[in-house]
Amino acid sequence: MKIIKHTLAAGAIAAASVFAVPQASAETPPNMLVLGQTISDLITLDPAEIFEFSGGEIANNIYDRITTFEPGDYETLVGGATESWQISEDGKTITFTMRDGMTFHSGNPVRAEDAVFSLRRVVKLGKTPSFILTQLGWTPENVDDNVTVTGDGTFEIKIPADISPGLVLNALSATVGSVVDEVTVMANEVDGDLGYAWLKTNSAGSGPFSLRAWNANETVILDRYDGYWKGAASMERVIVRHLPEPAAQRLLLEKGDIDIARTLTPDQIAGLEGAEGVTIEDAPKTKIVYLAMNTSEGPLADPKVWEAMRWLVDYEGMLGSFLKGQYSMQQSFWPTGLFGSISENPYTLDIEKGKALLAEAGYGDGLTLTMDTLNVAPFMDIAQSVQQTLGQAGVTVEIVPQDGSALWPKYRARRHGLILAQWGPDYLDPHSNADSFAHNPDNALEAKLTGKLAWRNAWADETITGMTEAASQETDLDKRAVMYRDLLTAHQTGSPFVNMFRSSEQLAIQDGVTGFVSGPTFDLVFYDGVTKE
Amino acid sequence: MASSNALAGPGRVPGLLRAARQVGGVLGSLALTFLGLTAVTFFIGRVMPVDPVLAIVGDRAPAEVYDRVYLELGLDQPIWRQYLLFMGDLLRGDLGVSIQTSRPVLEDLMRFFPATLELATAATLVGVLLGVPMGVAAAVNQGRPIDHIVRVVGLIGYSAPIFWLGMVALLVFYAWLGWAPGPGRLDVFHQGLTPSVTGLLVVDAALAGQWDVFHNALAHLALPTAVLGTYALAYIARMTRSFMLDQLGEEYVLTARVKGLPERVVIWRHAFGNVLVQLITIIGLTYASLLEGSVLTETVFAWPGIGQYITSALFKSDMNAVIGGTIVVGFCFVGLNMLSDLLYRLVDPRTRA
Repeated sequence: MKIIKHTLAAGAIAAASVFAVPQASAETPPNMLVLGQTISDLITLDPAEIFEFSGGEIANNIYDRITTFEPGDYETLVGGATESWQISEDGKTITFTMRDGMTFHSGNPVRAEDAVFSLRRVVKLGKTPSFILTQLGWTPENVDDNVTVTGDGTFEIKIPADISPGLVLNALSATVGSVVDEVTVMANEVDGDLGYAWLKTNSAGSGPFSLRAWNANETVILDRYDGYWKGAASMERVIVRHLPEPAAQRLLLEKGDIDIARTLTPDQIAGLEGAEGVTIEDAPKTKIVYLAMNTSEGPLADPKVWEAMRWLVDYEGMLGSFLKGQYSMQQSFWPTGLFGSISENPYTLDIEKGKALLAEAGYGDGLTLTMDTLNVAPFMDIAQSVQQTLGQAGVTVEIVPQDGSALWPKYRARRHGLILAQWGPDYLDPHSNADSFAHNPDNALEAKLTGKLAWRNAWADETITGMTEAASQETDLDKRAVMYRDLLTAHQTGSPFVNMFRSSEQLAIQDGVTGFVSGPTFDLVFYDGVTKE
Repeated sequence: MASSNALAGPGRVPGLLRAARQVGGVLGSLALTFLGLTAVTFFIGRVMPVDPVLAIVGDRAPAEVYDRVYLELGLDQPIWRQYLLFMGDLLRGDLGVSIQTSRPVLEDLMRFFPATLELATAATLVGVLLGVPMGVAAAVNQGRPIDHIVRVVGLIGYSAPIFWLGMVALLVFYAWLGWAPGPGRLDVFHQGLTPSVTGLLVVDAALAGQWDVFHNALAHLALPTAVLGTYALAYIARMTRSFMLDQLGEEYVLTARVKGLPERVVIWRHAFGNVLVQLITIIGLTYASLLEGSVLTETVFAWPGIGQYITSALFKSDMNAVIGGTIVVGFCFVGLNMLSDLLYRLVDPRTRA
């Protein structure tokens, strides 16, 4: 027995010794910003390839783009690496003047050659977001002729496609418009890859921060760049921590180990509301939650059914309960408040109206449908709410929840019935969403316009496609805004899309931490204005 | 003849032959395991209803980008050919590049696996150091309070969801009491300071003489170790108790007691000596299962281990990473099995024959 006691005691001492280790303080240093969020989507840091939320956000703090928005003002486009631009009379050529005195993190000057190299590089590499530039009519073959240096500190772009220069300037504010350091990138080129392999995990920018380290699924560490043209940021270092478990994220925030918690769940936000030392801020985003109908065949091909669906969603009910704080009403595909948007939200839950429309369409006895959606919150909750209200009108819905990796191939192959999903613009121009929600010039399956939601739902409306094209080509800014408003209204009432909500990011911020800006799109998040008391 | 026999020595040739046969057997079983693992993982990856191209190019990619990557991945080839090409690369030590990290899978594994190895080793140590004596104590005191206590502790460790246990541990020891640091392997100010030699932060910090980092890494290891160790402890204690009870009921134990041997000798030398082989199997299996990576513990404690790596790779259809991770886990199992076999020989004279 004695030996057992001794052994137990030894075990207990061993366990206790593990806990007895001294630990570091739980406050983040005053010169360091520590963010808690999930960064598991981060797969590349090359601006020619980035198309993920975390990547776009980090790139915005490492690179200057050709055009950009000032934090807080997303209607006025301003110069980033460029100081000004001149649009030719025919709207087919834009000449940019570079900003004076800018330098890259390497110390190299930011030249017109770098801007030209960066744009050509995006098109030649042909990664997913390259379509933002190839829609201008640029191809790997012609981009050298269409993007050229014209003088010391100036460069010119030609626009072969029929596309508004306003749209072009907005497109250049996307991550693909980031200016990379040609000298540094080409010094790391392997087998003619334009530095692609290297830039995926390194940085060569001129923004307020440079990349110190990216440890996948763990941290991204950024160091302040003292030579930033707007002046050095207040924070010497930014650490983005991957904290996949929201409950752990909240504990870290409450203990002061992180400054801002970015991906808390609504119940955790509710729990923190009114808590001492923490402020909750809402940052409206541009992601739109929508219900779409595959119009290939059957009842979902009938416009009366589309209209019925719009009356059979309990918008207010959801916003007042499980979506509270996270989403707001948005019944058109372009977020209210941005250029060319509308503010009308004409639909409410009206079971009788929905029933009447279904009866008119010949489905008075009800019908059975499937609804594909993502197997995560809030999609499952929204799907159940819609299932319940549709049920009241005699529509039986089977919900098919699945992971994105299974859902997207199904959607792109038009193998869905109803689908509940979300979409956000790739750059801040209404065309970014219009091109997807409304434009479908060839509805044939072989056309494979899989990037467009209209095509995925087998919906091609000649008038609306024409309106989309005309608006994207209009050079007069005011006229263009009116055209988008008309398009949004036509789409709102005559498409197989039931647009519902617009997302918001809810940030829990330590008191004393100010100046963090989370803009409307994922790639307009700014770290450089952050200060700590 | 006589001289050649004398040179070889009596029984030497059969001995060598046996050794060669054993080595051949081990190598053969390794090769078979390797082949089976890669084949099963590869084919499961190909029949899963997910699209590896979309995993790379994203949902919004235009058709031409999609088609190009489809060809680059060789998905237009027949599946057997894809497997042969894959095996060719694998045998050259090229596991491909991970989609989720943009780095070679081999590099990723060298970074993620040590994190799991560190945690699993610490948890197994806790499990063995506490679980074995607890199991023995419970068996010796069957039906008494100490037995009940061990059974309750075992039940909690065994049945409480590890995810919940992790959150509660964080809440109590990190948030309320402040005894342990929060999730992660190191505090932010210590990150990136230690040169990686083994990948085991505690060891690397000690090798570099960075004692503040060493203490910090150890402190960060404590909570996840305690949580994962509770699970290991519960299993090991329960099995030890059960094995010991079997032995304590045997006649040789009674004989030993009748002979007047001290109870310590009866329990530890006689009874415990006879459960060692079974116990080694149990400990080996526990260690191997912890080396697979405990996804939930790693998630709660933001521990960048192989469990999280493989799981997030699966969600992203990152098959290179999944296959790489599976091979590592497979080899861990094979390696620990072989180690168990070796240990049997040490503790059980009958297996040496």
